[in-house]
Amino acid sequence: MTLAAKSLLLIATLALAACNNPDRYGAGGGPGGAGGAGGAGTGIDTTGLGDPNNPSSIAYFNQRVGDRVLFQVDQSTLTPEGRAVLTAQAQWLMTNAGYAAIIEGHADEQGTREYNLALGARRAAAVQNFLISQGVPANRLRTISYGKERPIEVCSTEACYSQNRRAVTVLSAGAGV
Amino acid sequence: MRAAFQTLLALMLSVSLTGGAPALAQNAPPRIVIGPGVIEPMPIAIPTFIDEGGAGEYAREISRVVQANLEGTGFFRTIGEEAYISRITSFDGGVAYEDWKAINAQVLITGAVSVSGDRITVKFRAHDVFNGTTMEGAALQFAGTTQGWRRMAHKVSDVVYSKITGEGGYFDSRVVFVSESGPKNQRLKRLAVMDYDGANVAYLTDSASIVLAPRFSPTGDRILYTSYESGFPRITLMDVGSLERRSLDEQPGTMTFAPRFSPDGSTVVFSLEQGGNTDIYSLDLSSGGLNQLTNAPSIETAPSFSPDGSQITFESDRSGTPQVYVMPAGGGEGTRISGGAGRYGTPVWSPRGDYIAFTKQNEGRFHIGVMRTDGSEERLLTASFLDEGPTWAPNGRVLMFTRETSGAGGQATLWSVDITGRNLKQIPTEGPASDPAWSPLLP
Repeated sequence: MTLAAKSLLLIATLALAACNNPDRYGAGGGPGGAGGAGGAGTGIDTTGLGDPNNPSSIAYFNQRVGDRVLFQVDQSTLTPEGRAVLTAQAQWLMTNAGYAAIIEGHADEQGTREYNLALGARRAAAVQNFLISQGVPANRLRTISYGKERPIEVCSTEACYSQNRRAVTVLSAGAGV
Repeated sequence: MRAAFQTLLALMLSVSLTGGAPALAQNAPPRIVIGPGVIEPMPIAIPTFIDEGGAGEYAREISRVVQANLEGTGFFRTIGEEAYISRITSFDGGVAYEDWKAINAQVLITGAVSVSGDRITVKFRAHDVFNGTTMEGAALQFAGTTQGWRRMAHKVSDVVYSKITGEGGYFDSRVVFVSESGPKNQRLKRLAVMDYDGANVAYLTDSASIVLAPRFSPTGDRILYTSYESGFPRITLMDVGSLERRSLDEQPGTMTFAPRFSPDGSTVVFSLEQGGNTDIYSLDLSSGGLNQLTNAPSIETAPSFSPDGSQITFESDRSGTPQVYVMPAGGGEGTRISGGAGRYGTPVWSPRGDYIAFTKQNEGRFHIGVMRTDGSEERLLTASFLDEGPTWAPNGRVLMFTRETSGAGGQATLWSVDITGRNLKQIPTEGPASDPAWSPLLP
C-alpha cells in the first residue's frame, strides 16, 4: 500500500470513528452563545472500527454487510434489496452479541421539517421491526430520526434524494442501548 | 349572507388612500385598507425628531427606524427632506399645514427626543395634514432606558400604523429563529432572537446539538423548541430571561418534536413518536399531565391552537398525503380542511382567528399560503424551490417564513410577506437562518 493510500485510509477511519455517538452530528459546536459552550451531548464515545477483513468488526458490518437501506419517496416500506441487507444485518448482530445499534431514519429535503422527522422515524422503526422479527433482541436496538437535517448527498436532484431517503444502522460496543 | 357579503366587499377593496381628495369642509382621516389589489403608497413626512437635550444620534436614529418600519410595510412612501418647504423646529410649536399639504404629505409625524443619563424620552404626534389636526390618540410619550431606543421607535411606528390602517401594530416584537452555519450535510444550528427587522440579535444556545422550530410563549418570556441535546429529539422549554432550559418529556424510546403553546400558555401541544408512529399529545405544564389527542397509525404533527384555545389545526397523512385538519382542543377525529392539489403542512392559526397559514408542496415547488379556517379561499402567497414554516406577525396581517435555495450550496434565509401576497422581502440576518417564530407584541 502506498503512503498516500494509507493516509487516506487513516483519514477515512478517523472520520468514521467520530461517527459512533448518538449525538455525533452535534459535536464540534464552536464558541458558545449565551447558553454556554459545550453542554451535555458533546461527549464522543470512541469505538474501534477494526479491520474490514475481520468479520466481527464494525468496519466489516459497515462495508461488507451494508449499514443502510434506501426508501422510495414518502415510503417507509422496505424494498426487496433492503430486506436482503437487513437479513444480513440481523445475522451479523446475532453473531456479534457485544454490539448495540442505533437506527437513524432520514428523509430527503422534499417535505416540511416536521413531516420529515416523523417520516424518518417511520423508516427507522421499519428497520428496527424487521431486525427484531429476524431475532435481534429489542433491547439492543434504538431508533432516532434526523428528518431532513442530515443529508449525506447535497445536490437537489433525485440522484441525491434517493441516497438521502435512508435508514442507517450505527453500531456501538455494548450489549444494550 | 350578510357576513359573506361584507367579507366579499372587504376583499374587493383595494388599498385605498383617502384624505387626499379635494378639500371640502372636512376630509376623511388618512386611511389605508389592507386588502388585495394595486397599492399606491401613502406619502408621509417624517422630519428628523427634535433633540430636546442630550439626544445626540438617538433623534436621528429613531426617525430613521420609524421611517424604515413604515416604508417597509409597502403602504407608505416617505417624502425626502429636500422637498420640505418648512422645517419643524420645536415639538410644541405650530405646524404650517399648508406647507406639508403643498408637498402632498398626507400624514406628518413630528417628534422630540431627550436623554438624561441612561434615560430616554420620546414624544411624537401624527398629524392629519389635510384636516390640519393631530390624529386622535396619536400624540404620545414613551420613556425608558437608552438601550431600548429601537423599541421606542417601533412603538411610535405601531401607533401610526394602527391609526392609519385600523390593524394592530407588529413592529415592537421579537423573532426567535435558528441561526445556521456550515455545509448542508453538517449544518450547525443554534437558537437566536432578534427584533422583527433583524436588529439586536442575541444567541440563546450554542450549536453543539441540533435545535429546531422554536416557538414563543403567549407572553414572550419562554421558548419551546426541539433539541437533540440528549442525543435524541426532545421538546425543550427555555426561560428567555435566565436561559435556563429543561427537557419536557423523558420517556425513553420516544421522540418528541413540533411543540407549541396554548393561547393561555398553560399547555403544550406537540408530536410524540413511539414505535415509528407519530401522534399529537398535550402536556399540562403545571401538573405534568399528558393527554393523547390523536390516535391513528398515520403521521399527525405540527399542531397549532386557535386563538380562543378551543380548536387545534394539525397536519396528517391519514388520507395518503399530508393534509391540514382541524380538531377540538381535547382531541378527536378532526375534519380535513385542505382540498386543493398537492401536499399541505405546518398549519398555523392566525392570532386574529380569521386564517390558517400553511406550507404547500405542489409540482416540485413550495408555497406559503393562507386559507379560511374551513379551508375556503385558499391563496398562495409565495413560490420557490423551498418555502416553509410560516409564522404570524402579532397583528395577523404579515407572515415570516424560511426560504431555502437548492443544490449543494443551498442556504436558508428568512422572508416576510403580507397575507395579500404583496411586499415579499428578505429579513436581513448575519448568516443563514431558518424556522422563525414571531413573538406577541411586546408590552
